[in-house]
Amino acid sequence: MKHFSTFLVLFFLIGCSSSVTPVDNGLEKQIFHFGNGSEPQGIDPHIVTGVPEHHILISLCEGLTIPNAFDDENLPGAAESWSVSDDGKIYIFKLRKNGRWSNGDPVTADDFVWSWQRILTPSLGAQYPDMLYYLVNAEKYYVSQDLPNVIAGLLEFIIKDEELSNYHSEASSYFEPDSLEDGSYVLLNNSNLNNILKLLENVHSDYELRKVIVTDDNDEKFIKPKDDLIKNIKKWNIKKLFNDINFDDVGVKALDNNTLQVTLSNPTPFFTGLLSHYSTWPVHKETVLKHGSIDDRNGEWTRPGNFVCNGAFNLKSWELNNKIVVEKNPMYWDASTVRLNEIHYYPVSNVMTEDRMFRAGQLHVTSTLPSQKCPVYIEENNPDLRIDPYMGTYFYRLNTNNSYLRDVKVRKALAYSIDRKLLVEKVTKCGQIPAYSFTPPGSNGYEPTTSIPYDPELAKQLLVEAGFDSENSFPKLEILFNTNEDHRKVALAIQQMWQKNLGIEVELVNQDWKVYLSREMVGDFQVSRAGWIGDYDDPNTFLDLMRPNRGNNKTGWEDGSYDTLVAKANSTNNQVERYQLLNEAEKMLIDNMPIIPLYTYVRSYQLSPDVKGYNPHILDHHHPKFIYLERD
Amino acid sequence: MLNIFIRRLLLAIPVLLAVASLTFFLIKLAPGGPFDADKAVSPQVLKNLNEAYNLDASEWEQYVDYMSGILRGDFGPSFRFPGRSVSEMIATGLPVTFELAFYAILIALLIGVSSGVLAALKRNTFLDFIPMAIAMIGICVPTFLMGPLLVLIFGINLEILPVSGWGQLPGDKILPSITLGFAYAAYIARLSRGGMLEVLNQDFIRTARAKGLTERNVVIKHAMQGGLIPVVSFLGPAIAGLLAGSFVVETIFQIPGLGRFYVEAAFNRDYTMILGTTIFFSAMIVFFNLLSDLAAMWLNPRSRDAS
Repeated sequence: MKHFSTFLVLFFLIGCSSSVTPVDNGLEKQIFHFGNGSEPQGIDPHIVTGVPEHHILISLCEGLTIPNAFDDENLPGAAESWSVSDDGKIYIFKLRKNGRWSNGDPVTADDFVWSWQRILTPSLGAQYPDMLYYLVNAEKYYVSQDLPNVIAGLLEFIIKDEELSNYHSEASSYFEPDSLEDGSYVLLNNSNLNNILKLLENVHSDYELRKVIVTDDNDEKFIKPKDDLIKNIKKWNIKKLFNDINFDDVGVKALDNNTLQVTLSNPTPFFTGLLSHYSTWPVHKETVLKHGSIDDRNGEWTRPGNFVCNGAFNLKSWELNNKIVVEKNPMYWDASTVRLNEIHYYPVSNVMTEDRMFRAGQLHVTSTLPSQKCPVYIEENNPDLRIDPYMGTYFYRLNTNNSYLRDVKVRKALAYSIDRKLLVEKVTKCGQIPAYSFTPPGSNGYEPTTSIPYDPELAKQLLVEAGFDSENSFPKLEILFNTNEDHRKVALAIQQMWQKNLGIEVELVNQDWKVYLSREMVGDFQVSRAGWIGDYDDPNTFLDLMRPNRGNNKTGWEDGSYDTLVAKANSTNNQVERYQLLNEAEKMLIDNMPIIPLYTYVRSYQLSPDVKGYNPHILDHHHPKFIYLERD
Repeated sequence: MLNIFIRRLLLAIPVLLAVASLTFFLIKLAPGGPFDADKAVSPQVLKNLNEAYNLDASEWEQYVDYMSGILRGDFGPSFRFPGRSVSEMIATGLPVTFELAFYAILIALLIGVSSGVLAALKRNTFLDFIPMAIAMIGICVPTFLMGPLLVLIFGINLEILPVSGWGQLPGDKILPSITLGFAYAAYIARLSRGGMLEVLNQDFIRTARAKGLTERNVVIKHAMQGGLIPVVSFLGPAIAGLLAGSFVVETIFQIPGLGRFYVEAAFNRDYTMILGTTIFFSAMIVFFNLLSDLAAMWLNPRSRDAS
């Protein structure tokens, strides 16, 4: 016992000596301690997706443009300057002559060409190739590289579906089992492509007729065809694609070492904004190839010691689930601006732990805030609390294939009976803004003109018009959400409002994240909670979502004229006209109400007063070269 | 003894194979896949991803592939963390989890055995009631409450210990070790009290006392050897539980151990990672149970002689 107490006392003494916190220490050494949410999947900009990954990548690699710390306009990054042709389709980027990779190699236009070829290589399995689909032929290149596989996959799909048995013999005549790989198939070289296309189209129209409806306790659930591939394939002229599109046809060229020419299919006013997304950033060709092929997902080039990129910082160490350290990169073209010496990223997945770490001086900035603490900190006037505008919308998806929600009157009734003001003031309580449009107001100067009234009387009347009154009451409705206390609170409030204003009984269904995702994906829901954060600062990042055939639409709502409007908006080079068209599209969306916007997100977090240059940014992008530590 | 050891080790093989097979098919039954994300990927991309990880092959084929992989010691690549293998991730997290478990069990034994023995010796006095009451609290208070409470007191109010981390700041290993050790200390205190009480009434203790041995010798040399057998039997499952169950403490204190990988892998549907860690933890449980059985056997003269 005696020894044990000495041992404890000793331990505490060691503890006492550490009263200088990491935040104090960081001030002196310019080390920025960053709460980063969760362990990043990796740091290969072409493979990873997600916010923690972005926080690290923005210090390690640099695209053609970088986010500005002071307003939302992008600044030159790896490109020194650029010019746009009059029709808005051709961009000429002048790269910096002093642009260097962290190993000292110059950053060239070819590096960008190769990097973009890499992300457009299907076998890499990148999740964001579509960020570059604005380039001429980029999507075609991606699909054509994959086409024999895609078609073999489609035929295989037909053969495995018993309900398509009348197509089986024809489908199987076009391909044979792969001799190299068990269980998969390859296309026969001599197959007639026109015939295959015909077959696929027949199957496709057959599918359209055969929308499967499963009845389950009076509750109709719509099951989509498993494979959207058939739909997608229709867009392409298969025969042309087989005539080998090669990467030279894609709209990106190195005119010389420092000049990059990019050709777009349509004038895309937000293109320079896209370039600050990490999927468009360059990777160092020699380093990637040293550790694997162009399509190797698992190459070890991203390890400390191997990693080479062109950002303001370089990877120093990476302890899994513990911390990632980046240090100032002396090769960076603007190294003299960079004031931080190191950034330490901590993957703190527990928000309460993160809050405690901040309070104990172990972090300069947190990734988020425990939601129950937000109103408390607001009340206390906590000087470290930051609530910044954020380009994100919290909304409910309505399954328009559901037999009750198919009626737009019902959808409107649901939307008009929600008191959004009450929701943000009494439920979310952290400075969120009621949303009356899908796109958050003020995205790059775009102001949606839509409105959604809170009008229980009108809502009730709409429901009656839809055929639901006291005699024929509306059946029980389910709100699906992923397990989370905050989502539950919102759902409870909506449940109350629908019950009170419309007399609709609502059941809350919470599911594990992946279950929730897969139910949304196959359309097995009535109302489901959703959120969307913009990828770039333009309304298109929202409005594009609801076009037909977009994987994230998920509502079953398809409207050709909406599609045409958005497409038309994106093919004009006049920003005023473009925003008008997008506004019309927005209006059409709110008139059809496949989604019910609830509120616009805010970024709430804690920031030490020592941190300077960490200014609010609509996409929450903070370039570390503008950040430094100084105590007032 | 060696015979038993080898026989039990051989028996572990079919157990682990069954665990691996069951897990393999069970995780595929869970809805959602490793590549489902907030922003849905296009069908083409999904197909390419499935191909890259051989998820497009038939279940049986994948099963055979996986099983032959683990026989070669290859647990496959992680789906969630491209470029990392499951073996590598286990190897990174394991030393941390072991270290944490070691400190915790040390604290549990020190506090548990000393207070348990003391309570047994001073039965029905305050020295019995108070430690036993504390032990009851220790059993009842879950670690997710104990951890933040300790942090609040020592980390935030008194500012004498860091609130999180592992080997980053001086003294940051103290609070997690105490939090994790405390619940086990409580069990051990009760077990050692019970064990000691049983032994202290037996004839050989009376004989020892009659020989004129000091009370200290009686307790330490004679009573504790028998009185602590329940504690030793408890240690095997306890260590295995500490290893697999440190998830909560690892999360509260931001410790890069294996427990977090294990639980997060399940949320992420990181199939290979779930399988790898499950198999690994099963092996640990089998192994530590075996060790504690052997230790208890060796401590207990009756079963020692029988074997």
